[in-house]
Amino acid sequence: MKEVRLRIGALASVVEDSLQFCYGIATDGTPLEGSKLLVKIVPVVMHCEHCAQDIEIASVQSFRCPRCDEPVSDLRQGRELEIESIEIDEVEEKV
Amino acid sequence: MTTRIVELRQGILKKNDELARGLRGRYEAAGVLVLNLVSSPGTGKTAFLERTLRDLRELGAKVAALVGDLETDNDARRLAASGAPVRQINTHGICHLEAEMVAKHLDGWELADLDYLFIENVGNLVCPSSYDLGERIRVALLSVTEGEDKPLKYPTLFNSADAAILTKMDIAEPCGFDRATALKNMNEIRPGIRIFETSAKTGAGMTEWLAYLAQEKSRRP
Repeated sequence: MKEVRLRIGALASVVEDSLQFCYGIATDGTPLEGSKLLVKIVPVVMHCEHCAQDIEIASVQSFRCPRCDEPVSDLRQGRELEIESIEIDEVEEKV
Repeated sequence: MTTRIVELRQGILKKNDELARGLRGRYEAAGVLVLNLVSSPGTGKTAFLERTLRDLRELGAKVAALVGDLETDNDARRLAASGAPVRQINTHGICHLEAEMVAKHLDGWELADLDYLFIENVGNLVCPSSYDLGERIRVALLSVTEGEDKPLKYPTLFNSADAAILTKMDIAEPCGFDRATALKNMNEIRPGIRIFETSAKTGAGMTEWLAYLAQEKSRRP
């Protein structure tokens, strides 16, 4: 196993540094040993009714549309906790 | 040797999410309204729930509760004094409840005989936000002794809540609790959230809370 790619939402309560720190320890002695962990942080996207569109919010301290400043409560993205893909080395079988 | 990328797109909490979906279906089929109560340790979840169970039973509603803690069955004993069926879930170190724990502890209960089932989560404002228990309503509690900025500090949890309870309102004044700021912060993190200002001791705010429960109970999902 060479690489594991994760998609982590900004609201998923995951700290990438801690995850990377633990990954090496947790994978030691497993088929994942030595593999790289790639973390893609997915921003929070809310649907703004006023603007009638999905929009990325700048901070999780304020759930307001950055365009019109109206409050937004309809979350469309940002809680993901997903294994997107893995990269593996395959030994080709001899025919 | 060739390198191959395998697309998985698999949720890390997939198993919990699937179990929670199953539970949600069971609750809906049984017609029981299920609520998941989340807060820091010491906010007063148990006192608030004791009062809620007692008040609902007086109104003739059929209620039950599951209560999560790392250790002890103290809270279950307190809640059982209301006369409602109560079960303790001891997580032995795990800082939140998971759908599987809930499913196990429902064994033998006839959900169709219940109007309301309350699940009191482990006192923690972080991890419970990631674990769906199949509840219809997630309730975040905040006490007047904790600081008005708690919703800003724990947006992950407060943003996932459907209703909020301010507890210990009877001591708001001596605590120097800034009510307006607390309400503003809640609305900043979860715009439009229903907020109930309560005291389990004096019963303040309970009428509004019970009316909300009855309204949600009658509203089919």
